[in-house]
Amino acid sequence: MCLAVPGQVVAIDTSTPTPMGVVDFDGIRKEVCLAYLPDVRIGDYALVHVGFAIAKVDEESAHRSLALWADIDALEQDEGSR
Amino acid sequence: MTEIVAPEGWTCPAPLRHHDRVVLGHGGGGRLSADLIEHLLLPAYGSAAAADLPDAAVVHAATDRLAFSTDAYVVRPLYFPGGSIADLAVNGTINDLAMRGARPSALSVSLILEEGLPLATLARVADDLGRAARAAGVDVVTGDTKVVGKGQADEVFIITTGVGEIPDGVDIGPLRATPGDLVVVSGPIGAHGVAVLSEREGLTFGTDLVSDTAPLHEMVAAMLAVAGDDLHVLRDPTRGGLAASLCEIAATARVGVEIDERAVPVPDQVAAACSMLGLDPMHVANEGRLVAMVAPARAQAVVDAMRSLADGADACVIGQVTDDPRARVVVRTPLGVARIVDRPMGEQLPRIC
Amino acid sequence: MKYLDEYRDPEAARRLLDEIEAITTGSWRIMEVCGGQTHSIIRNGIDRVLPGRIELVHGPGCPVCVTPLGVIDMALDIAARPEVTFCSFGDMLRVPGSELDLFGVRSQGGDVRVVYSPLDAVELARANPDRQVVFFAIGFETTAPANAMAVHEAARLGLTNFSVLVSHVLVPPAIEAIAGADTTTVDGFLAAGHVCAVMGTRQYEPLVERYGVPIVVTGFEPLDVLDGIRRVVGQLERGEAKVENAYARVVGVDGNPAAQQMLAEVFEPCDRRWRGIGTIPASGWRLADRFRSFDAEARFDVGARDRPESGRCRSGEVLLGVIRPDECPAFGTECTPLTPLGATMVSSEGACAAYHQYRPAMPTP
Repeated sequence: MCLAVPGQVVAIDTSTPTPMGVVDFDGIRKEVCLAYLPDVRIGDYALVHVGFAIAKVDEESAHRSLALWADIDALEQDEGSR
Repeated sequence: MTEIVAPEGWTCPAPLRHHDRVVLGHGGGGRLSADLIEHLLLPAYGSAAAADLPDAAVVHAATDRLAFSTDAYVVRPLYFPGGSIADLAVNGTINDLAMRGARPSALSVSLILEEGLPLATLARVADDLGRAARAAGVDVVTGDTKVVGKGQADEVFIITTGVGEIPDGVDIGPLRATPGDLVVVSGPIGAHGVAVLSEREGLTFGTDLVSDTAPLHEMVAAMLAVAGDDLHVLRDPTRGGLAASLCEIAATARVGVEIDERAVPVPDQVAAACSMLGLDPMHVANEGRLVAMVAPARAQAVVDAMRSLADGADACVIGQVTDDPRARVVVRTPLGVARIVDRPMGEQLPRIC
Repeated sequence: MKYLDEYRDPEAARRLLDEIEAITTGSWRIMEVCGGQTHSIIRNGIDRVLPGRIELVHGPGCPVCVTPLGVIDMALDIAARPEVTFCSFGDMLRVPGSELDLFGVRSQGGDVRVVYSPLDAVELARANPDRQVVFFAIGFETTAPANAMAVHEAARLGLTNFSVLVSHVLVPPAIEAIAGADTTTVDGFLAAGHVCAVMGTRQYEPLVERYGVPIVVTGFEPLDVLDGIRRVVGQLERGEAKVENAYARVVGVDGNPAAQQMLAEVFEPCDRRWRGIGTIPASGWRLADRFRSFDAEARFDVGARDRPESGRCRSGEVLLGVIRPDECPAFGTECTPLTPLGATMVSSEGACAAYHQYRPAMPTP
């Protein structure tokens, strides 16, 4: 379950009763329902599952994880602090 | 007399009688058929050799081994980004010949038309058939046209058969795959399959990807020129993608194949579309790519020769043939682990999981 | 792809693996409860690069696999009706019912369509008022909001020719069933990251308290899975049992409020049969009263059937992590993706299918 892929919101259409938009995945553009991310803005990254945006990607959190794994000392420290 | 609707881009020396759609009579062998051939198909195919399309064309052969291939084309939609059923029909058969090292010499085109198909559509397809054949330098020399009742075919089915000459001394085929051979691919994979998918009802998505459909016989000639007998195997990975081709070769030759996942070139948009739909790029069809197995000493020369051509600009080595009596095709993952690659099950279906 | 490729970096994977190696002293069995994670683990060979003391067990995280045979037969029955256009996610097309699968129904003349989004089925209904469009609404909590919106839209549009065949299942009751079983051997769980993106992480607090097992919310890319495993092992080594979030870039404690609101409106909890496992109380969703008119089961009067499963299929034990796919005698011989005995071999997220498709090449390391 749950093939969901992150993409960037490049268009938002609030004129329809159900908010729709376009999400760009590295050049692939798909119409996506944005009803579940009422505060989403153009430029945000969202997780898309079966044509629905279900969560925003938190950039800061993403960077933190990558930084943690980039450095073996950071990893050990993280372990040690638990 | 009914107004003939002149299709865009189609110049008609004399109007077809009375119809703007295909009727059963067009396949009947009588005047309507002759009319269709003379005024629509022949001008479109533009074959220098043929003033008509005889039932049997005579082809002169300069070598004593001929390659001979046939394929049916039923792609939907008929027109997709980067090409059409016509391009596939011409290039696909030319490529099957080229994969044996043959120089394509002639094509036949059989059409099965659905009653009611607009003549404008047929004219467009025929025009594109002619254009593709001329671009490849191969003549359409004979053919056949049948019409079936409405609902008994989906607009148009095309069957092309091709004949080609295999130069003396050239022996290319799966049985020549040898452990140690390097596996070379002519360019990034998956563009055709994804381009077609993007137009399919229920899946439509925007993409800049276009089908990679292209004739490969010039590329093969260039490869043969530098490698000669060291060019062992050629395959164009169409349905089933790269995975299917490698599995077929491995099974036939009883060798193994090991591919480095990171070496396989995949365009960003193919990767993205496959991620979105849950497909594996190695299972996605290509229509203008080839995979080759080359003796290691010549592999670099072959890659260089391919890169000198527009369609081979991104040619690269992706793996090697191994000695494996169980004929497994494996992919080495970025984590360094090897996993088996199988032929895909059947139709590529998008998934939610 | 941004937010995907970075999570596949082999060097970072190596560092995470080294760290896991460094902290592991005990022998641990860890279960992931998401077919997508199973797929990622097998495809990337993660289970083969982990220290031998860590055993990964695959849980019932494949909604296709756990859909009861009786429900599939209902779907096939409905799909075969001449007035019906039956829409489904691609995953379900090859799942065998008692006799056929949806592909087979199509070849016999049934109008079966694959859709990417449930809204595509609604659009089909809107555009074809003379057809009865039925959508096969399966999935876990990740997919439920999309399916709920489809029903909501159909209601808003006043469609009388749209209905859904619902077979929704929930993750926490499944984890509870496994953690609480007398025969359980699972030490810790990787919770499904995308389910949690929708539902949040609070639901797992009672479970860690009651059963004393660590539950780490985990993503899908190789680095995400390795980090999830690292954290579970870390807790086990320290004797802890907490809910931890290793997928914070998309998962928060509260989940998605807008989605949850729609779910509460369109669905209500019910008992559900899990194929191969049996009935787990309150482990599924069905349409709420207000939307009951969109229930395909009622509209087409197909009663739930109790179908016997193949005696040789052991997918239930695979789903509960009792055996690995390759420990089943039928694996790869009688049971293959082409000739599946059960859903775990058909669905691409099924553990058996994942094992078969990506089975390690032996003896090459």
